[in-house]
Amino acid sequence: MNTMRNNKRSAGKLIKALAASAACIASLTVANPVHAVDFDGERVEWIIPFKEGGGSDTWARFFAPLISENLPGKPAIVVKNIPGGGSTKGANQFQRKAKDNGLNIIGTSGSTQFPYLLGDTRVNYDYKNWTPVLASPTGGVFYVSPELGIKSAAELASLRGKELKYASQGATSLDLVPLLAMDILDIDVQAIFGMKGRGAGRLAFERGEVNVDYQTSSAYLKKVVPLVDEGKVVPIMSWGVLDEDGNLQRDPNFPDLPHFAEVYEMIHGKKPEGTAFKVWKAFFAAGFAAQKGIFLPKGTPQDVIDAWGDAVEKTVKADDFKSRSELVLGDYPQAVKGKAVKAFKAALDISDADREWVRNWLTSRYNVQL
Amino acid sequence: MLDAFLTALQTVMTGTHLLYLAGGVLLGLAIGIFPGLGGIAGLSLLLPFLYGMEPTTALAMLIGLVAVIPTSDTFTSVLMGIPGSSGSQATVLDGFPMAKRGEAARALSAAFASSLFGGLFGAVVLTGFVLIARPVILAFGSAELFMLTLLGLSMVGVLGGNSLVKGLSACGVGLLLGSVGGAPATGEYRMTFGNFYLMDGIPLVVVGLGIFALPEIIDLLRQNSAISEAAELGRGWVNGIRDLIKNRWLALRCAIIGCIVGALPGLGGSVVDWIAYGHAVQTTKDKDGFGNGDVRGVIAPESSNNAKEGGALIPTLLFGIPGSGSMAVFLGGMVLIGIEPGPSMVTSNLDVTYTIVWSLAIANVVGAGACLFLSKWVAKLTTIPYALMAPFMITVICFAAFQATRDLSDLVALLGIGVLGVLMKRFDWPRPAFLIGFVLASGMETYLYQAIQFDGLGFLLKPGVLIIGAITAISIYFAARHATNSGKDDSSTETSTDSGTQAKPLRPTNLGPQKLFAGAIFLTFAYGLYDAFQQSMLGGVFTGGVCGVMLILSGIVLFKLVTNQVEDTVNFDNEVAAGYQGDQSIASLLHYVYWIAGLVVGCYFVGFLISIAVFFVAFLLVKARASMLRTFVLCSSAVVFMATLAHVMVLDLPSGLLQETVHMPWPLN
Repeated sequence: MNTMRNNKRSAGKLIKALAASAACIASLTVANPVHAVDFDGERVEWIIPFKEGGGSDTWARFFAPLISENLPGKPAIVVKNIPGGGSTKGANQFQRKAKDNGLNIIGTSGSTQFPYLLGDTRVNYDYKNWTPVLASPTGGVFYVSPELGIKSAAELASLRGKELKYASQGATSLDLVPLLAMDILDIDVQAIFGMKGRGAGRLAFERGEVNVDYQTSSAYLKKVVPLVDEGKVVPIMSWGVLDEDGNLQRDPNFPDLPHFAEVYEMIHGKKPEGTAFKVWKAFFAAGFAAQKGIFLPKGTPQDVIDAWGDAVEKTVKADDFKSRSELVLGDYPQAVKGKAVKAFKAALDISDADREWVRNWLTSRYNVQL
Repeated sequence: MLDAFLTALQTVMTGTHLLYLAGGVLLGLAIGIFPGLGGIAGLSLLLPFLYGMEPTTALAMLIGLVAVIPTSDTFTSVLMGIPGSSGSQATVLDGFPMAKRGEAARALSAAFASSLFGGLFGAVVLTGFVLIARPVILAFGSAELFMLTLLGLSMVGVLGGNSLVKGLSACGVGLLLGSVGGAPATGEYRMTFGNFYLMDGIPLVVVGLGIFALPEIIDLLRQNSAISEAAELGRGWVNGIRDLIKNRWLALRCAIIGCIVGALPGLGGSVVDWIAYGHAVQTTKDKDGFGNGDVRGVIAPESSNNAKEGGALIPTLLFGIPGSGSMAVFLGGMVLIGIEPGPSMVTSNLDVTYTIVWSLAIANVVGAGACLFLSKWVAKLTTIPYALMAPFMITVICFAAFQATRDLSDLVALLGIGVLGVLMKRFDWPRPAFLIGFVLASGMETYLYQAIQFDGLGFLLKPGVLIIGAITAISIYFAARHATNSGKDDSSTETSTDSGTQAKPLRPTNLGPQKLFAGAIFLTFAYGLYDAFQQSMLGGVFTGGVCGVMLILSGIVLFKLVTNQVEDTVNFDNEVAAGYQGDQSIASLLHYVYWIAGLVVGCYFVGFLISIAVFFVAFLLVKARASMLRTFVLCSSAVVFMATLAHVMVLDLPSGLLQETVHMPWPLN
């Protein structure tokens, strides 16, 4: 009798408990917002698959309020950082969960594009499903220590046989581009991995721990050019930029420096050719020529894509954009709409044979297991 | 230079500058008090307002925000034993026992006064140091940084508790756990079992929360009392400030340590508080109180971690290399405002640098001052019955852990590390030694590998290496002297780094549970060694070496236990020492682990909010025996708070299978 009453009481308590938790939750539930091409009162979530405070994060936070102004209804754009897995985690999540209503976008960088090109097992996203609306290019400059005794790219061949060291983040990071470049030039460079970023690599160079290095354009301009003036750095070449037809041209930021294809010709005495160079160019495109981009997810309706394209175009064509953006973006033309689509098409198109080649190269050269 | 000095002084002292600075400080305090958030979430809140602001004003707000993050996280460290960020882990060791003793107000005021002192001292040093910093930083290469990690590791000698073999084994577990994930030299994945989460390594925040906070919560729940054992919060506030004045030289030395280590890019701020704490233990004569609520154990890490923020400014401003997580955010903010760090920060932009340095100092004064002022009242939280507080704290811990990588695996890792922490606490395997190993593992391996690649073994002869090596030797000498001293004075002066046990702990006679645990540790090292042999030479040599040594050390521990050496210092079981065993009123050790496990499993199925709501209601009704009304009020306020926080800060809460399959309305999605 007693037990029964007890049972009843505890059952009653359980029901009450459930009711209480249901009430807690119900008190919060609000109506689902109605979606429309007009984003008035909405909130755009911009996934950045990197940590707060890094280059891509700064890039996104620079663009967010400017694009917001130009979108119909001026929605708030908030940056949501989902770092991890070498940026594959945020991209995977975007692929899986993003809604096609124009309120979910992602900003990726070369570090997201490389694992995709390399066929990394962690990649569950497909760029072919996404529509780019902006491509932000950058460039890079390769430089050496004056102790090596060369003055320009023409003398690069004399470095063969010397002990060259390069401080790297990892063979599958953006450093793939300089490492492969040196390999193509038949110059043996010892890569020392485990650097926390390009900044750390530059510090190792300044300390004299390594004697060759490269930096992306904005870092080079702000932090290396002063060292060039002090005679502590000898600039050798830039990677170049891609023109409309996909050919390498000199980087307008560094008109005095030869680009990689020119250097190839100086060293080998012929126009660039072969699989290695083709692969280098593909990774250069994905890592520099179209380094960062804004993408809309699979199935986004054309009118939403157009609204975004217009907003981004208006943003980069604004009068004060160039002056405001220089510190964050460097002096490179931002590709929008069709041009962005074209840039990423070039950057993310790699044949299976070429992919196999680069995977083999990474494994044999750097013991990388992909 | 004098020119820059005066311009900066003028800027800093204007009314608007101070006003915005204070605004940033208040925002930083409000956010920073929540573990796991801090400056990063603050930045996303602040950023929309930075646009269109005048750069120096925007800068003021930004500095205010960043400066107080290592200040306000002290609240949870001291009051609840929850390390709010990596910089306040060492504070937990003595701050929380003080709170338990009813001296929360004293601990807090000592902590904030030390923070204030450290921050101000850091600014003074920076003013001169920034001018000569460039060559100094360039003098610290990989070789020197590797030696610094060794110096940090030598602190295990003083923080290793009663038994040196056990202390070193615990440190080894930390080293091994810290090596999980990609190898620095080759990128090979070690000990990851093909799990994507483990490939990135286990986040420090999760480890800190699991190893310190969860075991304390469980212990307090089992005792089922308020945090503070004393009914009155008696001795307090003024004493804390007096404590600082009494230990001013210790605070000064720790502030110097903070400045120097903070200024070196690459080592990370998470080591600073441990080095300072170890230094405090080394240099005091009566060490018995450490770990049981010695105020010096609060003063040392707190005066170093605010000085560290000042130090970390140097590589950030001069090289554009952030020395800590909050500095990375600060750097991003600076670029957005339009200030590019670089060599010009000590030449043409010197006035900006000084503005930043002094703003940081003022922000410290305002922030630590406000906390100091508040601590008297906030300390009263420790008198609330624990069963009522616990669900809030568990919610906060889970939320903080989830912010580490925003993955449900964070919660699983938290639970796993929590169980390890519970067992380590029970068998007195020193958790600080474990954490030091964990914090230093990746830096040690990376810098050793790089140093050898850069200079060959010749790196050992570099002058900087020799100097740091000598300091390390002195540090080990102090530790050894400490060990022999306590040996001489018999066991009555022995210290226990963890629980507040009596002078002579009861030795358990049934060593079964200890044997199992030590055996599991031994097997873990064996697995680590096996795993190392699966890697290439460069990828496996570090973990293989660690495991090889640790197999011997943990083997000794295991041998002593298996042969039933009851009187050996290795033998310890808190269940016996604290008298829990045989006490019917105390829940079993795993009882509350199941509760938390239930919460995590719930998150997997129905997501965080629903799971938390059910957890709250169940816990309050069953464990705290609260009334329905009270339960409802507490539960809904917690749920509403979490949902609002997540929405405003654009943070995800863990979602479960339910959210994956069914579309749920906000906030349940």
